Amino acid sequence: MSAPDSVVKDRRNPLKIARGLGSSQSGVGHWWTQRLTAAALVLLGVWFVVTVLCLLHADYTTARAAVAKPWNALLLIAFMLTMFWHAVLGLQVVIEDYVHVRWKEVVLLAAIKFLAVLGALASVLAVLRIALTP
Amino acid sequence: MADTQRPLSPHIQVYKWQVQMVSSILHRATGIALAVGSLLVVCGLLQLAAGEDGFNHFKSVIGSPVGMVLLIGWSWALFYHLCNGIRHLLQDAGLGYEIPQFVRSSWLSLAGSIALTVLVWAYVLTAGGAA
Repeated sequence: MSAPDSVVKDRRNPLKIARGLGSSQSGVGHWWTQRLTAAALVLLGVWFVVTVLCLLHADYTTARAAVAKPWNALLLIAFMLTMFWHAVLGLQVVIEDYVHVRWKEVVLLAAIKFLAVLGALASVLAVLRIALTP
Repeated sequence: MADTQRPLSPHIQVYKWQVQMVSSILHRATGIALAVGSLLVVCGLLQLAAGEDGFNHFKSVIGSPVGMVLLIGWSWALFYHLCNGIRHLLQDAGLGYEIPQFVRSSWLSLAGSIALTVLVWAYVLTAGGAA
């Protein structure tokens, strides 16, 4: 055995050192959620574009009445939540790939999550306010 | 990480440009652009909830020349990310991995996104100008 000293002194089973590193069964979660939200956004995104196009020259009252319709309110909230979720997952990968200074990476990863949660909450509150106030 | 001593891949200038590179890079770029654009949708919803003055102000901002250019850009980004996203979902299902198919679907994503953008804006402009 020509192993380095540190390894020779380490009496732990190699498996003990290896466990907990890498994906540890959670690695596919990010990937799968990104695909699920993507599939949902194919439908919700097309619905959103069509809805916005239908409201092209709508005045305030028409636009408000359209958003206040139960199905529109529901789908709009679903769209905004799914979109922010998908955006965080996507931006996370971009940051992990390109930001190589650890503290900047962590700060950015936290910042996009804070922003996305704020944006999602603000959207939900706005839609509820429109849908629930007469 | 920056401080590791792993060998670097060949420099980007060595590669011949291929459409698959463009479609891949654009998917990320449009994704980032759309994430920023989502804040505009949040603004619109908040203004609509705030009242008539706010909503009219929002409409005049997105209907201004700068607003329209941004909207055209964002609509293309959305259609590109949508088309290429469907392409990636099909690839995740194991389809279209032969090199000719891969190249063809890259072109399809690009062409589809431009076609959809032109269609939507033709509709917007013939239906009477800005939103």
